[in-house]
Amino acid sequence: MTQGSLKLLLRTLGILLLFALVLAGASPIHAQTPAKNSCLDCHSIMPEPLGVTTEQFTADIHSQKGFTCANCHGGDPASDDPTVSMGRAAGFKGKIARAQVPALCASCHSNAAMIRRYNPSLRTDQFSQYQTSVHGQLLVRGNSKVAVCTDCHSVHGIRPASDSRSSVHPVNVAKTCARCHADSDYMKGFSIPTDQFASYSASVHHEALTVRGDLSAPTCTTCHGNHGAAPPGVASVENVCATCHVFQAQLFDTSRHKEAFAAMQLPGCVTCHSNHRIQRPSDDMIGTNAEAVCITCHSDGDAGFAAAANMRAQLDGLVKAIHQAQEVLDRAEQSGMEISGPKLNQAQARDALTKARVTIHSFQPGRVAEDIQEGLKASSANLQAGMEALAERDYRRIGLAVSLLTIVLVLIALRLYIRKIENPNP
Amino acid sequence: MNVFARVRDWLDERFGWAEMIAPLRKKTVPQHRYSYWYYLGGITLFLFLVQVGTGMLLLLYYKPTANEAFESVQHIMTQVKFGWLVRSIHSWAANLMVFTAFAHMFSVLFLHAYRKPRELTWVSGMALLFLVMGFGFSGYLLPWNTLAFFATKVGTDIAGQVPLIGAQLKILLRGGEEVTGATLTRFFGLHVALLPGLTTLLIALHLALVQKFGISVPPSLEAEWSAQPVERREMKFFPNFFLRELMAWYIALGVLGALAALAPWELGTKADPFAPAPAGIRPEWYFMFMFQTLKLIPAKVWFVDGEALGILTFSGAALVWLVLPFLEREGSRRARQWLFGAGIFALAYMAVMTVYGYVAK
Repeated sequence: MTQGSLKLLLRTLGILLLFALVLAGASPIHAQTPAKNSCLDCHSIMPEPLGVTTEQFTADIHSQKGFTCANCHGGDPASDDPTVSMGRAAGFKGKIARAQVPALCASCHSNAAMIRRYNPSLRTDQFSQYQTSVHGQLLVRGNSKVAVCTDCHSVHGIRPASDSRSSVHPVNVAKTCARCHADSDYMKGFSIPTDQFASYSASVHHEALTVRGDLSAPTCTTCHGNHGAAPPGVASVENVCATCHVFQAQLFDTSRHKEAFAAMQLPGCVTCHSNHRIQRPSDDMIGTNAEAVCITCHSDGDAGFAAAANMRAQLDGLVKAIHQAQEVLDRAEQSGMEISGPKLNQAQARDALTKARVTIHSFQPGRVAEDIQEGLKASSANLQAGMEALAERDYRRIGLAVSLLTIVLVLIALRLYIRKIENPNP
Repeated sequence: MNVFARVRDWLDERFGWAEMIAPLRKKTVPQHRYSYWYYLGGITLFLFLVQVGTGMLLLLYYKPTANEAFESVQHIMTQVKFGWLVRSIHSWAANLMVFTAFAHMFSVLFLHAYRKPRELTWVSGMALLFLVMGFGFSGYLLPWNTLAFFATKVGTDIAGQVPLIGAQLKILLRGGEEVTGATLTRFFGLHVALLPGLTTLLIALHLALVQKFGISVPPSLEAEWSAQPVERREMKFFPNFFLRELMAWYIALGVLGALAALAPWELGTKADPFAPAPAGIRPEWYFMFMFQTLKLIPAKVWFVDGEALGILTFSGAALVWLVLPFLEREGSRRARQWLFGAGIFALAYMAVMTVYGYVAK
């Protein structure tokens, strides 16, 4: 073997050894967690931006799974000598450039075989999704202001999304997005508004999520995607809403509005319900009054205007009938009448009203009328039961009055009789 | 000769009717400023008779199973002609009967009517009061509604805390480990067979003793009348007192009718044994003072279980109350004052704890 060949062999062996060491370092499940973490010894007492508190580090999901600073930053945490621990020989990378963050995270999170060892159900397509997102595409074009992984997930105190303290827990997502998207100074240079968070905070979705604690209620990422975040296009709005509002979407598909909206380039559901500031829908939205959304496109004399007026009148009729029946039933109940049956049946009338309000999305008065008739039938029966209960109450009261009068007369007669038999001078 | 006279003669000829009712004709009732308290026993008897009558009518439709009890009461309340009236009167009369029975007991106590020779009249009356409370406890569960179900659960749990026999007593009452259809069946049996049978016998004994010893006059009046015999007033039991008692019964009937018509007894929702206990589970008002006391006693008093201590204390107090006349030495003014004080304390304690139980959350 020549000297040159020996040198080549040793160099190859050296590279292989280094590669093996790097791989071993990136696989902490097999590696022994170093007893010594010189990084934390110093950085835990440093001020921002270099400081990382022990609490932050130990709360981090990666730290809990056995990963160390070196897995991202390189270096040798076992050495107290900064020239060694942060030396080039130990592969120290220092601060990771923002543009490099997604790829660094992806080195593990896109590795299905590796992720499976820690959390088999965790997806591994975040990086590929990110590359399709507006954030990812702008980052590639050199815009470093856009969000990278650490902007949303934090840096050294990363918690799983299921942890309510996590910045990406459903309840916290909107606030996390708002850190950039509601900051008009930061968003200068991007041609999008910055009022989304304020609008969303006033929406029924926000109320469901934060007030009622319904974690399935939508937040920013539900409609825009998380790692692949982008505004839904006009054509896909209906599909996005349909992930929850299935029946409304099916009815809308069969309606004339489907084609009309597409032709006019109107974004489906958002056209009437708006996007971020979605309010609890009310019957005022339909019809021909000033608050109705129908009059935005329809005007007096066209068929749509008449249909809107008709559907609104039907809804109002059923609402009134249910209210009237409820009022009578309440009065009967307050009088002590047993009306649990008709009260339960009121739910049928209310269900029919809810169904009619959904059927509105077909924009066909005939179909709405089918549900309305069902509700009117139920509420009419309940009203009748309530009236009968009130009539029965009155009958009881008349009976009571007659009985009490009789009792009083008997008492008077008894008293007079007692007086008569006790009278010493009859 | 009219029909009544002919019937009377017919009975007299065969059974010696005139001889039988002769003591009633001779019977007199003292007449004084406290006489109105004498009507309470009669009103309680009237309410018991109402309970027997309405109870028998309810039996025509009531079904004592966990699956059907609630629906059968609902059927009585909504479908059966005057079913609402019968059920409401039964429920209201039950509560009024407990009230008048307690009022009767306290009136006897404060007028010292329990003293010699009426000790056994008091004991039989106390036993009747316990039976009335037993009627209330067993009858409360029968509609099988949510409140009654959980109140019975709590009530039988408390019985389970009785030292030594608690566990067996609880199983005996429930017919198993839990409150189930078996509990309903056995409460029904208690309510419509055992308790009415015992009560009827005891009422007969109680009335016989009242008849035997006559109506008591309070010692203070006795002294006044001894000093001035001309002040002594009496009225004939029949017809004078009887007609007045009849007036009291008519008034009670009017009150019952008014309560039933203006505030029909509500039914609530059907019991679901698998549902969590709703907030604000309370026993009937006449058990509230005991329930509230048990709630206030700490879990451990020194080394004794608090609830067991409370139950033992109430059991002891009930036993003392039962034999109260035997604790008073004959003619001892001091002992009489002591018992009067104990009565005032018991009444105040029950009133305060009952109000506290309803006000406290």
